[in-house]
Amino acid sequence: MGIIGQSVTRVDAPDKVTGRAKYTDDLADKSALIAKVLHSTIAHGYVKSIDTSEAERIKGVVKIVTCFDVPDIPFPTAGHPWSTDVHHQDIADRLLLNRHVRYYGDDVAAVVARDEVSAMQAIRAIKVEYEELPFVLDPIEAMRDGAPQIHEGFDHNILAHTSYEDGNYAEAVKEPGLIVIDKWYDTPTVQHCHIENHICYAYEEAGKINVVSSTQIPHIVRRIVGQALGRDWGSVRIVKPYIGGGFGNKQDALYEPLCAYLSTVLGGRLVKLDMSREETFASNRVRHAIRYHIVSHVRADGTFVAGKLEAYSNQGAYASHGHSICAKGAGAFRQLYRYRGACKGDAYTVYTNIAAGGAMRGYGIPQMMFALESHVDDIARRLNIPPLRLRQMNLMEVGYKDNFSKNENYFDSFNQCIKKGMEYIDYDRKLEEFSHDTGDIRRGIGMAVFWYNTAVWPISLESSSCRMVLNQDGSVQLQLAETEIGQGADTAFSQMAAEELGIPLKKVHIISAQDTDVTPFGTGAYASRQTYVGGFAVQQTARIMKERILSYAHELTRMTVHNLDIEDGYIININNSRRLMSLAELATTALYSLEHSRHITAESTYQVKSNAYSFGCSFAEVEVDIPLCKVKLVNMINVHDCGRLINPALAVAQVHGGMSMAIGYGLSEQLLYDKKTGRPLNNNLLDYKLSTTMDHPHLEAQFVENYEPTSAYGTKALGEPPATSGAPAIRNAVLNATGVEIDTAPLTPHVLFERFREEGLI
Amino acid sequence: MYDIKALYEANSVNEAIELMQQHPDAKIIAGGSDVLIKLREGKLAGCELVSIFGIDALRGISMDEDGTLRILPLTSFSHITKDPLINEHIKVLGEAVDMVGGPQIRNIGTIGGNISNGVTSADSASTLHAWDAIVELTSAEGVRQLPIKEYYISAGKVALRPAELLTAILIKEESYAGYKGHYIKYAMRNAMDIATLGCSVNVKLSDDKKTILGARIAYGVAGPVPMRVPAAEEAVRGKPVCGETVDAFAGAAMQNINPRDSWRASRDFRLHLAHELAKRALTESIRLSGGEI
Repeated sequence: MGIIGQSVTRVDAPDKVTGRAKYTDDLADKSALIAKVLHSTIAHGYVKSIDTSEAERIKGVVKIVTCFDVPDIPFPTAGHPWSTDVHHQDIADRLLLNRHVRYYGDDVAAVVARDEVSAMQAIRAIKVEYEELPFVLDPIEAMRDGAPQIHEGFDHNILAHTSYEDGNYAEAVKEPGLIVIDKWYDTPTVQHCHIENHICYAYEEAGKINVVSSTQIPHIVRRIVGQALGRDWGSVRIVKPYIGGGFGNKQDALYEPLCAYLSTVLGGRLVKLDMSREETFASNRVRHAIRYHIVSHVRADGTFVAGKLEAYSNQGAYASHGHSICAKGAGAFRQLYRYRGACKGDAYTVYTNIAAGGAMRGYGIPQMMFALESHVDDIARRLNIPPLRLRQMNLMEVGYKDNFSKNENYFDSFNQCIKKGMEYIDYDRKLEEFSHDTGDIRRGIGMAVFWYNTAVWPISLESSSCRMVLNQDGSVQLQLAETEIGQGADTAFSQMAAEELGIPLKKVHIISAQDTDVTPFGTGAYASRQTYVGGFAVQQTARIMKERILSYAHELTRMTVHNLDIEDGYIININNSRRLMSLAELATTALYSLEHSRHITAESTYQVKSNAYSFGCSFAEVEVDIPLCKVKLVNMINVHDCGRLINPALAVAQVHGGMSMAIGYGLSEQLLYDKKTGRPLNNNLLDYKLSTTMDHPHLEAQFVENYEPTSAYGTKALGEPPATSGAPAIRNAVLNATGVEIDTAPLTPHVLFERFREEGLI
Repeated sequence: MYDIKALYEANSVNEAIELMQQHPDAKIIAGGSDVLIKLREGKLAGCELVSIFGIDALRGISMDEDGTLRILPLTSFSHITKDPLINEHIKVLGEAVDMVGGPQIRNIGTIGGNISNGVTSADSASTLHAWDAIVELTSAEGVRQLPIKEYYISAGKVALRPAELLTAILIKEESYAGYKGHYIKYAMRNAMDIATLGCSVNVKLSDDKKTILGARIAYGVAGPVPMRVPAAEEAVRGKPVCGETVDAFAGAAMQNINPRDSWRASRDFRLHLAHELAKRALTESIRLSGGEI
């Protein structure tokens, strides 16, 4: 059939480009009451009192709820599948509104008004009296004796500490003649900057609280709203329409619980809560800033012998996804390179008084790759070995198997990807040519690889459910819990269903929106999981569906089902390819038959108990203007082995987006906090330097398509990996250009100015 | 939704002045690309606005009989960039305002609004300073003129009196004839940004292109308001076109400014940039004037 592998037009393209596609705000009835949140203006302390008297007098104000009013039910927010094992459950450390405020921007009170203007007037009129406490912004400082205690029961503010030791590190480092490279690397706090800020609205109907939300994870949010409000989970209904991106920020319950609560205290009236961009930066989730200490003991020939990692992850004020992020990076450290003697890791996730770290595209790997891939280039420089050769000597070998996940490195993906990248960017020639650059403007070339895997098994549940319903005309409704968040999931699933069922793509009607009352259960968009995990569910359900169709075809044709198949929407005899009837004819007959009426549907759940590595690399070429302390990115390529491509055009688009995020991560993006007050300094799109199209060169995306043997359709992770290796590739290109090791991302002009001065370049 | 108490629309300069007299607390709004942002932030919540956006008589660029370039304040950045008079006589102004924000902002934003905000980072302001622009202000009492340097009083504050309106920006022939200039906007990204430091330089060379007859330099973000650096200009007047002259210019420029230390950029970094940008902007201005360096 071959619909899989074709760059078919996105199934949602016509609605999205014509503006017909409906997002949360389009769907909210214009009668909705408007909720606004009052955020704390201190970084740590207690709310002593709140005076709402003046605010309540403002015309249009309907209700003001403060932290003294909300139920005392701590709830978790992370968008992880629920665990029935209490030890694996996420930390429940949030209330709907907080008396103990733990960051500048924490939620203290909420106003519901008839319109936004009155709601904002009321927010400004509320007077809050605080008892201020000392605060701490840095994870290492937060671990020190005497640091402010942010949550009870977490000694030295450590949310979690995990460690491993492969081999015996103390013994391995004793090998004579080893060269030690001992360095620290710093990564920044960044925000997702999805185009649609988080928005939701809630109302009660038919005994349920209904929440329509811009979320990646409707079924998980249902559970969390139930927990936060102390309600039965079945009495909560979440609807997820089209959303304007999420990148992991919306893999968390954000303001759905509060919005639902506000509706319930107003007798179920419709309440809408729409975040501003400033609030999205200050009071949603951010990517964890992680500080790394890496020590490598290597032989003069470049062989890695012993490696040690310490990672300190800035969790911010609430647990959200917590230690999972830092731990994932630490796990990559022990696998990506072969330290022959020993590899040791300590990972800490530490509460501080900044916005909570949550999931963000790459889930700990962009941080780890910045540190580790910078470190590998630093080793290469110290040993005077070409950085690519050093990698090829030490990278994970083909055939490597991880005993925990059972992931296997089946192919020589790294070398295949590197080869494509080198050829495209003309690596060898430029490396030689640029080495002669002197003067103010110098060119450089660098690269980095990345480690990734697919989905969350065996750490958490991986399952996906799918439903198919046959219509009179032979078309099919396709329904999954896996969400379209702009990445093209609906199109990929439609292609799978069309191919598996033997019907044209236009005969597949995917139901894009999820409604937890109706949509089969599944966990949603995260962990680069959906194409892999959802693929199994589509395949299995389509096969059940096809069996039912062919069984009915047998009734009509008297032919054995073993001789029957569906091709291009027709029931055929496979022995002579003769078309026996159209699927439309069969479906109409089945539905209206006076002898045997049947509505043909199928639904099934597939639990996935495998995972798959997804590897690749980035190459970057830069021009560094040394006196201006500025990096110009001239050329960039990412190469991915994500298995077979379901839709090459969508795969390229996915890679472009990830590369763009990596450019910002490497060069310009950082959410800054005022050291004196803990206030976010640049929580807007002017001062937070998200890179623009004018800051991008042509972005080249290429692929190596090794068919993934564990996968339903040979595919594996591509959602997050494109965002992981670009920043260190740029950093290494700057190193190549200037000889200056810059160990702090992003490489802003401010950082370059300080470093170039230290190194005497300016 | 914006928290606006009232919006009064003026169709002529006289009407705008009358409206301002009737509503002394009202703010002037033209393109709105700054005022609406402040409104959204709550800073001007509940304010009254007098809109001058509909006064077409305040749009356009022309030349007076005496050769003075007359830029009317509601002219949008995009129109300035594409204007033939600007391109012929003061091309650098068109280039400078083409670095404001993005295309949408440049279509709605006006040069009058850009300077009347009184902010030091305005991309048009340092170039207008460097070309000795004069502002024309109109009130019920009549029309007065001020050098642009005197228009800027302090950060965010300009010399507009109550019920007075900026009605033109003038550049006299003696200010532009024979000069070529270059503006460098140093920002953290290539679009949608505000200058970390702006530097506008122009120069007039001798006929043989060997001597600097006059040079002018103005910075944005080197102080609370855009500023000229007379010491640097003096340092190169009548000097030969050569590397040493450029270095003397940049050195004097850097020593006579006082940028601030903030989280947006350190004072040291801004001083370093001031030196480098002065060098580059003068070198490019000389090159544009036909000089070799």
